[in-house]
Amino acid sequence: MLSHLANPARFMRISGVALPWLGGVSLVVLVLGLFWSLILAPPDYQQGESVRIMFIHVPSAWMALSVYLFVAVASAVALIWRHPLAEIAAQSAAPIGAAFTFVCLATGSLWGRPMWGTWWVWDARLTSVLVLFFLYLGYIALVNAFDDASRGGRAGSLLALVGIVNLPIIKFSVDWWNTLHQPASVLRLGGPAIDVTMLAPLLVMALGFTLLFGWLLLVRMRTALNERRLRALRIYGEAAAGNASEASSGAARPAWR
Amino acid sequence: MRAFLGLIRQDLRLGIRQGGDIGLVLGFFVLAVILFPFGIGPEPELLRRVAAGIVWVAALLAAVLSLDRLFATDYADGGLDLIALSAMPLELAVLAKAAAHWLTTGLPLVIVSPLLAILVDLDPAALPSLVVGLLLGTPAMSLVGAIAAALSLGARRPGVLTTLVVLPLYLPPLIFGTGAVEASLAAEGARAHLLLLAALSVAAVPLAPLAAAAALRQALD
Repeated sequence: MLSHLANPARFMRISGVALPWLGGVSLVVLVLGLFWSLILAPPDYQQGESVRIMFIHVPSAWMALSVYLFVAVASAVALIWRHPLAEIAAQSAAPIGAAFTFVCLATGSLWGRPMWGTWWVWDARLTSVLVLFFLYLGYIALVNAFDDASRGGRAGSLLALVGIVNLPIIKFSVDWWNTLHQPASVLRLGGPAIDVTMLAPLLVMALGFTLLFGWLLLVRMRTALNERRLRALRIYGEAAAGNASEASSGAARPAWR
Repeated sequence: MRAFLGLIRQDLRLGIRQGGDIGLVLGFFVLAVILFPFGIGPEPELLRRVAAGIVWVAALLAAVLSLDRLFATDYADGGLDLIALSAMPLELAVLAKAAAHWLTTGLPLVIVSPLLAILVDLDPAALPSLVVGLLLGTPAMSLVGAIAAALSLGARRPGVLTTLVVLPLYLPPLIFGTGAVEASLAAEGARAHLLLLAALSVAAVPLAPLAAAAALRQALD
């Protein structure tokens, strides 16, 4: 199935059909989720209305981690099977993941001000998410640092795989170091510790964020593929024009070329 | 094995004969530490509180600064191609390179660190945990640094890029290293932190050369 889709031309055709649907559905789910979580869901008995920040913060934190996992898996596929589409997928996903990480850090900071009384603490989880943000930036910088784009792609893929050691550290940081950030309350033994009136909108938001990621990823991948095609056409066109002018005017090439 | 030792010996000889290299790293280390009293003020209480952090951060930056010479000169003059073509596995060659890098930067940093710790007024009771921590943590820094140095070979701005790539990966040794000093100051015993540092280095010995050798291969072909 995946290898069937992995043909770039077929990918362009199918993603072109899927794109508006995916975009529409993700917008509907996000609007529904935002309405539910920001207006319908009850305020917390302790945190009051500021708990609503959580409906953005938690899904973006989940996305920050899972997008990194996506980048790492796509990088592994690109390295092992040398598949160009996997590399484009990883490179297109990384800035989206960095944006989710930034949203997670920013909303956490906004929530921390009224709740913890500080914008930022050097807590284990906050620190490790910040490291994740810098890993994303390092990956993006490395991919774009080479004149030869394929080298950047391979170097970036390796870095993505090396950086994956950070994921378990983030996930378990709240259990290993007992610090300010609260431990996991949704995915844990004994079932979720939050009430269903809050869990339901949270899960809708998570679904909306995932759909949004899929949509943005497809848009970015299609742009990257079009860009490559354009570059190839331009090189091809220049070569053709060069040949034509050589053929018409003999060996005399224009001085500015 | 002979090739392995030969590579280490060659890099050591280059490091010593070109003299400037080790001296530059140590000079940077000392200057970076000396900057802090100017920046935050010379009060002994304040300095004593942050002494271990200053020494660790300065050592880390000095190690990053020296990473570019790990592969860059061999890459530029083609020596790296010969190493890759030789019978020795590239992973082993990376290990030899990292070992030589540690012997010419990590070890000198460890040796000088007690002097600098005295300069920033670290509590003498915490001195052993600082030095042992650096001794256990710097091998991991050389090994992980080899990955970043190999990845950024041939990039447009390799120095800045190596720094950006490697600094997030250097945070665990920094956290446990300064944690060891804090723990020994709080009379908890630094053992747990030092064991974690040792674990980082021990895990990096087999794993980092694999990643760095893969990075070198893609840089060379």
